[in-house]
Amino acid sequence: MATVEERAGSGGSGVSEEMLRGFFREMLLIRRFEEKVEERFRAGDLPGFLHVAIGQEATATGVCAALERSDVIASTHRAHGHAIAKGTPVDAIMAELYGKEEGCSGGFGGSMHLYDVEVGLLGANAVVAGGIPAVVGSALAFKLRGEERVAVAFFGDGATNTGTFHESLNLAQLWKVPAVFVLENNGWAESTPAVQHSPLPVDELGKRALAYGMKLIEVDGQDVELVYLAALAAREHALSGKGPVLLHLRTHRLAGHYIGDAQIYRDKEELKREWESKDPIALLRSRLELSDEEFDAIDVEVTAEVEASVERAKAGTDPAPEDALKWVYA
Amino acid sequence: MPEVTYREAVRDALARALREDESIFVMGEDIAEMGGSMGVTQGLLDEFGPERIRNTPISEMAIVGSGIGAAMQGMRPVVEIMYEDFLTLSMEQLVNQAAKHRTMSGGQLKVPLTIRTQGGAGWSPGAQHAQQLEAWFVHVPGLKVVFASTPEDVRGLLWSAIYDDNPVVFFEHRTLYPLKGDVPEELEPIPLGKARVHREGEDVTVVATGRLVHEALKAAEEADGEGISVEVVDPRTLLPLDEETILASVRKTTRCVTAHEAVTRGGFGSELAAIVQHGAFDWLDAPIERVGAKFAPLPFAPAMEQWVVPHAADVLEAIRRTVARA
Repeated sequence: MATVEERAGSGGSGVSEEMLRGFFREMLLIRRFEEKVEERFRAGDLPGFLHVAIGQEATATGVCAALERSDVIASTHRAHGHAIAKGTPVDAIMAELYGKEEGCSGGFGGSMHLYDVEVGLLGANAVVAGGIPAVVGSALAFKLRGEERVAVAFFGDGATNTGTFHESLNLAQLWKVPAVFVLENNGWAESTPAVQHSPLPVDELGKRALAYGMKLIEVDGQDVELVYLAALAAREHALSGKGPVLLHLRTHRLAGHYIGDAQIYRDKEELKREWESKDPIALLRSRLELSDEEFDAIDVEVTAEVEASVERAKAGTDPAPEDALKWVYA
Repeated sequence: MPEVTYREAVRDALARALREDESIFVMGEDIAEMGGSMGVTQGLLDEFGPERIRNTPISEMAIVGSGIGAAMQGMRPVVEIMYEDFLTLSMEQLVNQAAKHRTMSGGQLKVPLTIRTQGGAGWSPGAQHAQQLEAWFVHVPGLKVVFASTPEDVRGLLWSAIYDDNPVVFFEHRTLYPLKGDVPEELEPIPLGKARVHREGEDVTVVATGRLVHEALKAAEEADGEGISVEVVDPRTLLPLDEETILASVRKTTRCVTAHEAVTRGGFGSELAAIVQHGAFDWLDAPIERVGAKFAPLPFAPAMEQWVVPHAADVLEAIRRTVARA
């Protein structure tokens, strides 16, 4: 933990205000995008099963900002933010949610299967922990070919209870592949709190990396600057040949597991307190001391971008039903 | 034409591919120094080194999954799963990931991964080391499934599987490893999706896979003595399937027996029977007979094990039943 916090707090090695403003804009774009997705889903526009990551924008933005375009990520069912942060155009994501040919997966994937190989998005994954092993293999390929690239897996605290997670971390550390495992620990496995899914206290789930002798870096996932610096350090370590890193980011899901989740399992007072104290966008806004005018200017811009993506998506091309057979085999 | 064993033929395909193409590497449990639990990869470590002949932990999910990742990045990994029973431990990655990335990505990704595995009864390991599970994978769009029965076929098909741009589950049969056969001097790739007619006949077609190809050939010899002319067809690739060759054969003989070592119920023979009845209905002179294992987990005691799995005698009985109808 100390490594990165020291680095972040060492004065002078922090992040420029300009960069933080860039982070802010992207995080707000993600927020407005997901709010719009929720609205369009509830209006009946969007088919399928949707999960938003409202409250977790800093992990997506901070981590992806530390990556190169040639680095690859595997995402989860909560993928919109990761995709936007890795560089997939908002239009392409929205079109995908509308099931259009212009979508980033051509209408074959949907919210839980966003792909954009060109920017290094190897797929959102609807099986908890399902994307982790392919990150190990991608990193192995980079290592075997001597490429300066890292492969990054996003997953939540729920995933750390799967065999897939443990097998993958063990193998990755054994082979010292350039991978970063990003644990977005929001304390919930769907509706099950960490206290019911893990014998370790929620804040200590990162310790699981230590069992494999893996480097652990932990920071507050609501502080995008810390996340960014930690991700930079993680990337550097992964590329050094010393092995992968578990980047443990404690974060907060300020929405339900899926759109429509009534969250009957959640203490409403506590959620209210989390909104008041843990919203990464509010935190960054106050850190940057943005005036209402400054905030509104950014908000108007990103909201317009999201609105435009809806209009373009609606005007997109519906796939022919028989296109379903198009990509079964290469 | 040199004579090699089925085991040597697999090894030869791997070695030639490894020599030719830097993007190919092999990983699995005990495959390096030990040369695999079936001895198939013996000697490869010496020639290609530990970066390309990789021993893995006992982690089938991660082995298959990391193979998928490397394949996504343009490598052509060959993963060995020691026993096909252990494919069950990697099913999530095989079925939900490997088979679906191409479609889910709208054609952006391909997964040129080969999963070699083996199984088969006849040595009394009990219920968890000798199953024949190939039919499960035929049910999954996006996978290809190969089951080779001779040295020549296993070599040429493995080569094609490695160079195929899709995930291929490649089944070998344990009892066939010592089997000898002629192979061409130069490796001739055998395209996936082409059946092989092992023996031509006029009265009954036996469509057999794996070990049962050899049992069917024995049965055909005996049937010949009874005046029944049997054609034996090995699909070799179960997915995609060479329906044309199979249907042409049945339209000629008018009778069909399917034969595999896997349990009959829900086995590949059931799919074959459906295809044949539909595609050759007007030609059929008898109900299609299915030969396979009895519906039981494989028992340990040799007498029970041998009774559960099918042999030439079972194929012969099925052949007789089809001609008895005419």
